[in-house]
Order: sequence, then structure tokens, then C-alpha cells
Amino acid sequence: MSEHELRVSKIRDGTVIDHVEAGQALNVLAILGIDGSEGFGVSVGMNVPSDRLGRKDIVKVEDRELSQSEVDVLSLIAPEATINIVREFEVVEKNRVTRPDSVTGVLSCPNRNCITNAGEPVQTRFDVVTDGVRCDYCATILRADIAEHIDV
Amino acid sequence: MRQDHLITATQLSRDDIEAVLDRARAVADDPAAYADRHAGRVLALCFFEPSTRTRMSFDSAAKRLGMNTVGMGDVDSSSVSKGESLSDTVRVIEGYADALVLRHPSEGAATLAGERVDVPVVNAGDGAGQHPSQTLLDLHTIREDHGLDDLTIGIMGDLKYGRTVHSLAAALTEFDANQHFISPESLRLPRSVRFDLHETGAQIREHEELEPVLDELDVLYVTRIQKERFPDENEYHRVAGEYRIDAEMLDDAPDDLTVMHPLPRVDEIAPEVDETDHARYFEQAHNGIPVRMALLDTLLENANAAGDEGSEVDR
Repeated sequence: MSEHELRVSKIRDGTVIDHVEAGQALNVLAILGIDGSEGFGVSVGMNVPSDRLGRKDIVKVEDRELSQSEVDVLSLIAPEATINIVREFEVVEKNRVTRPDSVTGVLSCPNRNCITNAGEPVQTRFDVVTDGVRCDYCATILRADIAEHIDV
Repeated sequence: MRQDHLITATQLSRDDIEAVLDRARAVADDPAAYADRHAGRVLALCFFEPSTRTRMSFDSAAKRLGMNTVGMGDVDSSSVSKGESLSDTVRVIEGYADALVLRHPSEGAATLAGERVDVPVVNAGDGAGQHPSQTLLDLHTIREDHGLDDLTIGIMGDLKYGRTVHSLAAALTEFDANQHFISPESLRLPRSVRFDLHETGAQIREHEELEPVLDELDVLYVTRIQKERFPDENEYHRVAGEYRIDAEMLDDAPDDLTVMHPLPRVDEIAPEVDETDHARYFEQAHNGIPVRMALLDTLLENANAAGDEGSEVDR
């Protein structure tokens, strides 16, 4: 994409999350716990044409670099995403996301009869399995519907 | 998974299962040798849901090992009705007992309890999740009749919510068993159980009718279809009627077919079947005693060993 086609301007410092599956940009922000109140500059591109994905979403967050655990969780809803760390307008680091072995405290279990939904003092914990995640407590498997159960 | 708890059948290896069943056989052969084995120890029976046979079976097994038991009484009159969390309840009870047996209406309750306490926890049923001690006594019953390898078993009834089914199916993957699952469409195995079975490469087939597979079976494991699973009572009666076993039906079955049921039954096995050579469900229930004695003995032994060495040990 050439300069004159850019829909949002370059950022000076921060993170660009590119190649996010179309429709998942707001969930990406939800996972990162960003709702605007923190004061970071946030730009979101949705349904941007992409050679690789057809259409993609892009999220740019100024003055914020992602931690590894944040990247791990992102991988669940945006497995194709690339994470670009930007300093002084330059991409200093470019990483593909990798799937973690487990995710703690981010997702809620869709099984209403799971002990994690019974008012217990317990964090949810999901193992990452083929095509989805699985509750460590009740064994319920969550696949395409992961984004609906982000609990942040 | 800590091997000093029994939470799910998926944690059990073939060696684990065989070790408990061998010990159960030894217990059955010479119960007197085990009578004082755990004298002075206390087993807590934490039943957050009604139970007759499982609770009495653990109670009896513990006493036959020389243990005492303490229970919670009626859940309605206990601290649970005052809103205490399970996490707090088991932490408190841990101080009263050397091991906990837990039945709870929520899936995953035993996993949570196991994370909260250091004494052994046995899952005696967590919602529609698992019931692994039942599986051990089921396997003991099957092993005595047929052995556990080269086995063809039909598991019929409520496969979706049936926790005994989920545990049994998982444990059988450790053996050379062909599993046929027979149920109405709406009560098929849940995704999580099917996932585990596929992961192990188990040979499974699913059917809506028993008749086409009946003559292949060594064991027919029947479970109760519960009325509350159906929004419409007429639909329940229609479905339940289709999965009912009677003596006439068993005329076509192999002579050495073993018919099992975790009990209680309502009307899914006609009483006349009790008089046939196929019926094994009462022996199955009785096997709960030596098997749960062997299980408690194993878990307490592991806990002792861990305590002696100041660390966890492999079983």
C-alpha cells in the first residue's frame, strides 16, 4: 500500500497490529484492555483490502508496546496477525503471533454449569488445543466463538 | 494432574487402572487383611447433591479399611446454603479429614477442590462431567467377565449428560476396545468427550438404534435417560421407550453378553432381565466396595509417601 493510500497516519512510537482477521479489531482492543480512557492514541482500520487475507483489520496503538502474554492471547482471535513495534516512525521489531499453551483469566467459560461460573474465587484457565481452547475445569471446548467469551 | 487425587478418568493410564483393579481383587479375596489398614483416619463425604449408593459405598469402603467418616448432612442445612464458596468449604473440611470424596452439581468442581487442598480428593461426580470411581468399578466388572482387551462394548442412553459414560469411554481408550455409542440424536456424546476419543485414535461408532450392533457386543452398558432433559414429556416417553431393554430383545444377543447399568434404573431395563444370565448390574454395584477400598488405599498410600518424602511422588 503506497503512502497516498494510507487511511491512517503513521505512528511515532507504539504498536501496529496488522493482518487481524476482519471484524476482530474491537476484540483486539478488548483483549488489550484499551477503551480510550488510558489516553493512548488509537487508530482502527476495518475491512482494509489485503493480499493475504482478502480483507483485514489493523489496530495502531501509540505509546504502548505489547507484552508477550498480550500477544499470546491475541493469537487466539487473530492467528495471522503481525505485531510491529514502532519507535521514531521506524518498525524496529516485526513478529508473527504464536499460539500459547494456555490462557489464564481472559476468557469466560461458555458452559453455564462450569464451576468457574459459580461465583468461586477462581480465574478461568484454558488449554490451547487444535482449532480452539478448552476449559481446564469442565473440559468444554471453545472454537470459532472464542471472541464472544473474552472477559475483560 | 496430581496423582494423589482422582478427578477424571482421562488422568488414568492403563497401569494406574490395572494397579487399582489388581488391588481390588486382592481386597475381595481377603478383606480381613485390609480391615485395620487405615485405622484412625477420617474420610470426609462431601455430597453437595443427593446420592444414595455412591455415598454409602464410599462410607462402607472407608469403614472396611478401619476409617471413620464424616459427612456434611443435608446441603440445605449446611453452610453452603449460607453462600459459602466450595473453595472455602473444602479448605475447612481438609482440616477435619485425611481424604475428601466430593460430589457437586457443577462441572469442574473436583478440579477446583483438588487445587485448594493437599489431602486426596476423589471426584464422585461433578455435574455432567466425570465420575471416575464409578468407572473403576465398571472396569472391574467388565474385567471379571471378559477382560479389558479385545472387547466390544455398546454404551447406550444419555451420552450427553451421563458422567459415568464420559469417564468410562475415556478409560476404555487405554485398552483394545471397540466402543459403540447408541443414543437419540439429541443425547449424543458431547464435543469434549468426542475430542478426547478422537485424540487417542479410539475406535468408536455412533448409532441411533441398538439392534444392528447387538449381536457384536460383549458388554451392553445402559444408562438412564432423564425426564428433565426433555422440554416435552411426550417426547421423553417416546425416546425412553426406544432405549428400553427387555428379555425378548436379549434373545437375539450373544449368550455371554453382560448387561450393566450404573443404577439407579427407572424403567430402561425391564425387571425380567434381572433373572437372565446377562444381568450384572447388582454385582457391578457391589463391586463398588472392593474397588473403592482399593482406590482409597492407593490414594492414602500415595499421600503418605508424598508426606514422608516431602514431595509428590509418581504412583
